[in-house]
Amino acid sequence: MTYLHSIWRNEKSREIIIQIFVLLCIGWFLSWLISNVDANFKALGKDISFEFLFIPAGYDINQYLIDYNNRDSHLRAGIVGLLNTGLVAFFGIILATFLGVTIGIIRLSKNWLASKIAYWYVEFTRNVPILLHILLWHGIIINTLPHPKQAISFADVSFLSNRGFYIPKMLTENGIELVYLFVVIGIIFSILFMKYAKKKQDLTGAQYPVFWINLSVIFTLPLIAFFLSGMPISLEIPALKGFNFRGGMYMSPELAALTFALGIYTAAFIAEIVRAGILAVDKGQKEAAESIGLKPSKVMSLVILPQARRVIIPPLTSQYLNLTKNSSLAIAIGYMDLVATLGGISLNQTGREMETMVIVMLIYLSVSLSISALMNWYNNRVKLVGR
Amino acid sequence: MKTKILLAAATAGVMFAGSVLASTLDDVRARGKLNCIINTGLAGFAAPDDKGNWTGFDVDFCKAVAAATLGDASKVNYTTATGKTRFTKLAAGEGEILSRNTTWTFSRDVDLSQTFIGVSYYDGQGFMVPKALGVKSAKGLDGASVCIQTGTTTELNLAEFFAANNMKYNPVPIETNSEAQELYKAGRCDVYTTDASGLYATMSSFDNPSDHMVLPEIVSKEPLGPVVRHGDDQWADIVGWTLRAMMAGEELNITSANVKSLAGKDNKNKEINRLLGKDPLQGLSKLGLSADWAVQVISQVGNYAEVFEKNLGMSTPLKIARGANQLYRDGGLFYIPPIK
Repeated sequence: MTYLHSIWRNEKSREIIIQIFVLLCIGWFLSWLISNVDANFKALGKDISFEFLFIPAGYDINQYLIDYNNRDSHLRAGIVGLLNTGLVAFFGIILATFLGVTIGIIRLSKNWLASKIAYWYVEFTRNVPILLHILLWHGIIINTLPHPKQAISFADVSFLSNRGFYIPKMLTENGIELVYLFVVIGIIFSILFMKYAKKKQDLTGAQYPVFWINLSVIFTLPLIAFFLSGMPISLEIPALKGFNFRGGMYMSPELAALTFALGIYTAAFIAEIVRAGILAVDKGQKEAAESIGLKPSKVMSLVILPQARRVIIPPLTSQYLNLTKNSSLAIAIGYMDLVATLGGISLNQTGREMETMVIVMLIYLSVSLSISALMNWYNNRVKLVGR
Repeated sequence: MKTKILLAAATAGVMFAGSVLASTLDDVRARGKLNCIINTGLAGFAAPDDKGNWTGFDVDFCKAVAAATLGDASKVNYTTATGKTRFTKLAAGEGEILSRNTTWTFSRDVDLSQTFIGVSYYDGQGFMVPKALGVKSAKGLDGASVCIQTGTTTELNLAEFFAANNMKYNPVPIETNSEAQELYKAGRCDVYTTDASGLYATMSSFDNPSDHMVLPEIVSKEPLGPVVRHGDDQWADIVGWTLRAMMAGEELNITSANVKSLAGKDNKNKEINRLLGKDPLQGLSKLGLSADWAVQVISQVGNYAEVFEKNLGMSTPLKIARGANQLYRDGGLFYIPPIK
């Protein structure tokens, strides 16, 4: 008895006992939840089965990055949806980052008008729900752009209408391998040149216009190869046929609206994160950089931003995750992402709400964890380099 | 200790809700009201009028069942459901009847543990286009953008129709009827597709209904009808025969105007006598209904023809022709088992 008492009085062992107890409670609650669902499903005459994933989906999807038709399985329809989610998240993240960093820097500008505009952008954008942003952009696009028959034409090869933005598609022919080879050579050269230029600068202080040289090399080399191999690329130009444009590549109004809405909304949060990150860098750093005669743009890109990055990256990660998860609102405007395909039409056609929802949740979880892992890796790298 | 009691109570509640109750009819009588699951809003089928009362074809069927079981057509509680939630709501016991233009299919009847008791409206998926588009047939829709209301059999029919005719299309799936209408009106889509009845209902709500038309092709079979839960045959019979009594009323020329006088006298046609309770109808007591059940249905709600004309017919903005939805003798599909 006294022995038990002494265990309870010992702070360390008491903590362990309480933790075990809490863990047991949580475990018991979870198992009760699962058995309850199971019992109720049995009472309704339903079973848990994932066989539906392999039967033909039967419905069409308007945007697919891998081949898909309505005889493919629900599983493939889900993958098409996942890729669509990934596509809009990718575009959205690029737009949000570019816009967010720019606005964040402008917000700190000494120019009164510029900083006020940035301020109002942030305040207006982040205080309006994302769903309204999406509906607003979609409404603007489909209501202000003309019908395909009156489409805005760009040199008769690209067309903008309320059915999307159509651009020519590149079709490759024989001999394209040479062009690919020269692209690779160009990239390798650029990397080597970048290293060489850095070494040279470290040794002598001499600077090369690395960016422009590399850019021209990457473009010129394949261009030479293109003409040498007899121009093995042809363009498929979209043309109005019947109701719509045919041929070429296009960006649907839904993808555009979603990218704008997600990018612009998230950019407001990123701008604040960037501002906080810049303000976190000691004022002396900026003054020191200016005192050795660096241009303001160099002060920002060489001194301030590399140090601000350490503060910026962790909250930036969670904004990227938010953007990706918010893309599930796509269903409101008919963009067929993961939630609209597997979690929407497949769910309805098969009646497997539990199974589809569990799969969709697990996929979002793993996508989010992957983005986190990637950003953590980058964060660690920046941390080590910075200190 | 407290949590234990709470959990025990919660478990008991879950088990209680999960089990099938003895008699749906007893439940309805004890409550004094029928719970009916209807559409969130579809002109002609279930829509609130200017006083906020639900009206429409599907709503009138709820009223008919209330008249048969409770003797009062007004004793109905309405619960609305979307295409996605309707079966879950019925299974969860939020209503005794699902009267919400629901297509009778094999999987829905068998796999989802519910009973379709008959067809109240023969529908089919159609296409609506602006007249300015100059399209006269659905076969001329190659390459069109098509707005679809999701959560139905619509996507599959559409895919099959276009594939069968070697045509391409660009699907734009939208969650609700109202949002899909907006996209159609904005010109995002060339075509709007859903059940033909829904297209007429949607068109009647436009500013200029005459600028739009429904194409002649009907690409699917959509037999719509009321649904009840599996497991209570008595209730399924009550709901089924209420529907048939309304159709029999049309067949026997019994209307809300003359039903009372026909019920009061001995008719030459003995089927009228049996339906209206003048002559005994064997087995009626097993349904648990009073002898004047059909009189209540027809006098308070009307026969099938009256309900159709009042909600959907030529005098309404929807202007739907009877077509398949008339008696067999008039060239329709309704062939009612004899009342004997």
